[in-house]
Amino acid sequence: MQLTRRTPHDVSRTFGKLLVVAILIVTTAVSLFPLFWMLSTAITPGSATIKTPPSLIPLPTGLLEGGTDLPSWIRERAYVPTLENFRELSKQTQGNIWRWLGNSAIVAISITVFHVLFDSMAGYAFARKTFPGRNLIFGLLLSTLMIPVQVTLVPNFLLVSRLGLADSYLGVILPGFADVFGIFLMKQYMQTLPREIEDAARVDGANEWQVFWRIVLPLAKPAVATLAIFMFMRSWNNFLWPLIVLRTGAKYTLPVGVATLQGEFSTNFGLIMAGAAVAAVPMIVFFLLFQRYFLGGIRIGALKG
Amino acid sequence: MARALPLEQITATRPSGRRTRWREYRTGYLFVLPSLAMFVIFLFGPVIWSLLLAFQDASLTRREWNGLDNFRTLIGDRVFRKSLVNTAIYTAVTVPVHMLVALILAGMMKPLAARWQTFFRAAYYLPAVTSVVILATVWRWMFNPRFGAINQLLDLGPVAWLSRPNLALWAVILSAVLTIPAAGVVMYSAAMGSIPEDLYEAASLEGAGAVRQWWDITIPLLKPTSLYLIVMYTIWAFEVFERVYIMTGGGPAYATTTIVQLIFDTGFRDWDYGIASAQAIVLFVLVAMVSAVQFRLFRSEVEY
Repeated sequence: MQLTRRTPHDVSRTFGKLLVVAILIVTTAVSLFPLFWMLSTAITPGSATIKTPPSLIPLPTGLLEGGTDLPSWIRERAYVPTLENFRELSKQTQGNIWRWLGNSAIVAISITVFHVLFDSMAGYAFARKTFPGRNLIFGLLLSTLMIPVQVTLVPNFLLVSRLGLADSYLGVILPGFADVFGIFLMKQYMQTLPREIEDAARVDGANEWQVFWRIVLPLAKPAVATLAIFMFMRSWNNFLWPLIVLRTGAKYTLPVGVATLQGEFSTNFGLIMAGAAVAAVPMIVFFLLFQRYFLGGIRIGALKG
Repeated sequence: MARALPLEQITATRPSGRRTRWREYRTGYLFVLPSLAMFVIFLFGPVIWSLLLAFQDASLTRREWNGLDNFRTLIGDRVFRKSLVNTAIYTAVTVPVHMLVALILAGMMKPLAARWQTFFRAAYYLPAVTSVVILATVWRWMFNPRFGAINQLLDLGPVAWLSRPNLALWAVILSAVLTIPAAGVVMYSAAMGSIPEDLYEAASLEGAGAVRQWWDITIPLLKPTSLYLIVMYTIWAFEVFERVYIMTGGGPAYATTTIVQLIFDTGFRDWDYGIASAQAIVLFVLVAMVSAVQFRLFRSEVEY
């Protein structure tokens, strides 16, 4: 290590660095505060939700009741965390909150599985096969990126109703497949794979489906993972379309269900936030597990935020 | 590919006879078919249907052609104009703020160690993995006049953010602006990482300070990313719905009604499909105009 005298330049640089770190920390706090406030309200006992000053500091019972030596500014803001709101929410919605969780899982998983399959198939054809009209079809599909999904809301609703799929999961799921992003992603990725392995498999007598299923798809795993995570997140969070299609309370997906809670419980924010937490926590856990793929997905322009 | 291939591989990749060629065509079509069918049924068909509905007097019970009446109605409709203005204000405020915040945060993160960069990116992105519906539900609670976090933490007294016509839109905008534009931060970070260090070193040697380097090297080289982000954020802002639907439902007195909120109300509350389709077409034209600009700017860089 080298000893140097501190020059004014160094001081201003250190100051600059501290300022940067401070700003990053403050923005992190701003970014995470709504989630913190949601979780905090969700585990606050009912009466403590609506009071001034707000309940912000969860403390175990022993500390709050036994320790009289707590400073009053802590005592006023402390609460004993509880799952009471979740139990109450479950009772008040007649278990619907857990049904919504299941519905969201069914819808999101179905969309993800079939989207990934169809998109990989189409991506493979566009990357590897030559057929008349290929570029035209691909260009046509790509041009749909310009079409706001709201344009198709009314006709799709009429269509789904006529097919007898109103108020059904299939009605929620099917229109979601008309989305080009995954095809584009898979095509781009598959173009980078070496052809030789596929050709070798063909020489060994594999048919086209086997080449795709046993050779190409496994090789495209990283793209498949990114796409699957993107699709799962998007369908889990999708709101407007399920809101339009679904009518029966028990069939709602989580976002639709949670949106009805504020009408039902108006100012019982403990219950509403418990519902919000049920919707948010699985995605948060999912994100923390698969962060790598999420950040990859944003970089290729797939994810909103 | 310049490398010589064994004969059988050449025949395997390059179909020669008519039958082999048709086999390859057929495989191509079959693999594209599931996706293409979905597009035809749920997108191309509906878009055309929507165009037709826009020129019809269509509701649950009626259906007849009425020419340009729907668009004439829209021009004279105070609420529709209000929705355009609200959407324009929302876009005009949120897009520049998002762009600026993303740029500044990405710039600040750049010199940090990789693990800290990952940490901040994750912290910024965490809210974005949650549905906007959920976040807006939380914001509605935070804006509660008596017990919400905003009034309590800022000690403002009972300000009724969401039920005062002159405040509601700004409260909605505030909730959007206080959401860190995580996608922007990540994309700017990636773009900044790919700027060669020696450019900065050369500039340093020439005596250019940090601000000068930022202005003359970073900003110009980030242009493609900036253009992409500005288009995406603009389209997302045009299409804002969940935030408004949950926080205010478009009220009070249409103070926060945006285009998509209005399409939803017209189509699925008033069940006026004709007008709702006309409104959607207007949105389509606005978004298409932005996309067209994007397409022109990016034509040279996108590779199919």
